[in-house]
Amino acid sequence: MTEIYELIFEIGLMHYLIVSGSVFGLGTAIALGKRSAIAVLMGIELMLNGSILALLAFSRFPQNTSSDAGLVDGHVFVVFILSVAAAEAAVALALSVLVYRKRETVDLDRINLMRW
Amino acid sequence: MDSPGIVIGFYMMAGLALGSGTLVFLARNLLHALAFLVISFLSMAGLFLTLSADFIAMAQILIYAGSISVLMVFAVMLTPLASRDNGNTIYVLPGLLAAGGIATFVGFLALDTSWSGPATDFTTTIDLIGNLLLGKYVLAFEIASVLLLFALIGAIMLVQTSSSDQEEGEADD
Repeated sequence: MTEIYELIFEIGLMHYLIVSGSVFGLGTAIALGKRSAIAVLMGIELMLNGSILALLAFSRFPQNTSSDAGLVDGHVFVVFILSVAAAEAAVALALSVLVYRKRETVDLDRINLMRW
Repeated sequence: MDSPGIVIGFYMMAGLALGSGTLVFLARNLLHALAFLVISFLSMAGLFLTLSADFIAMAQILIYAGSISVLMVFAVMLTPLASRDNGNTIYVLPGLLAAGGIATFVGFLALDTSWSGPATDFTTTIDLIGNLLLGKYVLAFEIASVLLLFALIGAIMLVQTSSSDQEEGEADD
């Protein structure tokens, strides 16, 4: 009984990893299953958010305290992920606007220029 | 034992993040999906706060909920004749299977492993992050700035229309 109580009310690394995996999975479903290019972008941003949560959780609950890597290195990694995500979103949205200008659609099922 | 505020906050934020993430998938209208995505980003920022990552939570609100969502609204508004329908492709079933597989796998691993180590509480992370960015990771920091510059130039170059391009486009029509 106390085990279950601890499992629910003792918030640890496990809880954050479960949430992180679920958010990543949701992002995968959106990125693979949506027709609009902008919706696919939303899915990719959700996936990045899930991985950021895992990095921050491991930074707060360090497993190997004897290593000389500092505890906030995970936070620095997250800063880089944020900048790369911003760059990627800018380029991808510019691409979708460009495709819209040529084809008047951002529907990925109908953008089949490279299909033979 | 954590304080009850943290426990309540964690479950509230996790539920909100996952619930609005699901609604991004289920929403019929693309703009509604975008609004739910912003709610999801904000509740993820709340989760980061429960991990005592103050700087990252603020950066999340500024970059994700602020600028990337505005960029997406711009992209939706700049494609006026495209469908606002948030429909699914034929790959939605494999996508859902992959999503379930990933979530189950990570959840199983997280439950099965016996995690050790006490939680470290940071009073503030901003000075530590600043020292690392300009010390140990200075090269990566510079490369990230170059990447952002090239992304900026690339995005501008992609969407700009020269006069000859426009004539070509009209000739195509």
